[in-house]
Amino acid sequence: MSVPISWYLLLSAVLFAIGAIGALTRRNGISIFLSIELMLNAANLTLVAYARQWNQHTGQIIVFFVMAVAAAEAAVGLALFIAVFRQRRTIDVNRMNLLQG
Amino acid sequence: METLIFVIFAALAVGSGVVVVVHRSPIYATLSLVLTLFSMAVLFVLLGAPFVGAVQILVYAGAIVVLFLFVIMLLNVQQEEGAHARRSAQLVAAILGAIVFLGMFWLAFRQTTLRAPGPLTEELVSLKGLASALFTDYLLPFEIVGLLLLVAVIGATVAARRPGAETNAPQDDYVAEDPSSGPVLPREVRS
Repeated sequence: MSVPISWYLLLSAVLFAIGAIGALTRRNGISIFLSIELMLNAANLTLVAYARQWNQHTGQIIVFFVMAVAAAEAAVGLALFIAVFRQRRTIDVNRMNLLQG
Repeated sequence: METLIFVIFAALAVGSGVVVVVHRSPIYATLSLVLTLFSMAVLFVLLGAPFVGAVQILVYAGAIVVLFLFVIMLLNVQQEEGAHARRSAQLVAAILGAIVFLGMFWLAFRQTTLRAPGPLTEELVSLKGLASALFTDYLLPFEIVGLLLLVAVIGATVAARRPGAETNAPQDDYVAEDPSSGPVLPREVRS
C-alpha cells in the first residue's frame, strides 16, 4: 500500500469543504443539492478509507446505506422543487421566504 | 504507480468539484459532478472496494445524476440571475468552510500513529464477504433502508403531483347522470 490512508482523508476533507462552501453560497436550489451530493461523497470516501485501514467491511456497508439515503433525499427534494417551481416560477432559495427565514 | 493514479484522480475530483460549485449553469455543474463521482469510484477501487465503486457509477452517476438532469430540463432552469449571494454572506460561508476543512485536517493528522494498513485480504475485496456481512449482521438496517426508499417514492409522487389533481375523484362521475344537465361532457370541458 503505497498511498497512505491519511491522503485519502485529506482529499475527503478538501471535497467536503468545497461542497460546504457551495451549499452556503449558491442560491439556485439545484446547485445547493449538487453541493450536498458532493459532501455526501466526501463522507463516503472517508468511510471506505477507514474500512481499508482496519480491513473491516462495516465502512463499505455504511456507504451503501448512505447511497440509498442520498437517492431518497434527491427524489423527495427534487419533487419539492418541482412543486415550488409550479407555485412561484423560481427555485431561487432567497425568494422562498414565506416563513420569513 | 498507485501513487500516480491517486494523484491524477484526486486532482480530477477536486478540480471538477470546484467546477460543480462555481459554474453558473446547472447543466454543466451536474455533468461536472459526474466526473467527480467517476474519479471517486476509481479511488474506491484503489482502496480495495471494487463493488462500492461499481455501485457508485451505477447508482450515483447512472440514476441520481440523471434524475437531476431530468429535473433541470423539466424546470428549464436558466443561469442564475446574479449567480452568487451577497459578498458578505459569501465571505462568511467561505470562512466557515475553511474552518470545517481545517478541523477535519486536524482530526486526520492528530493521530500520527495511524499505521500502514495490512495487505488487502481476499475477504475484504470479495463480494462474498461483503454480502454475508450485509445479510447477517446488517439485515435489519438493510430492510429499514428498503422501507425508506418506498416512503421516498410515495412522498416524491405526492409532492410532485399537479395541484388540483384530486378533483378527479371517482364519485364526481355520477354527477353526469343528471338528465337536466344536458349532454354528458368530459370533466375538463364542463369545468
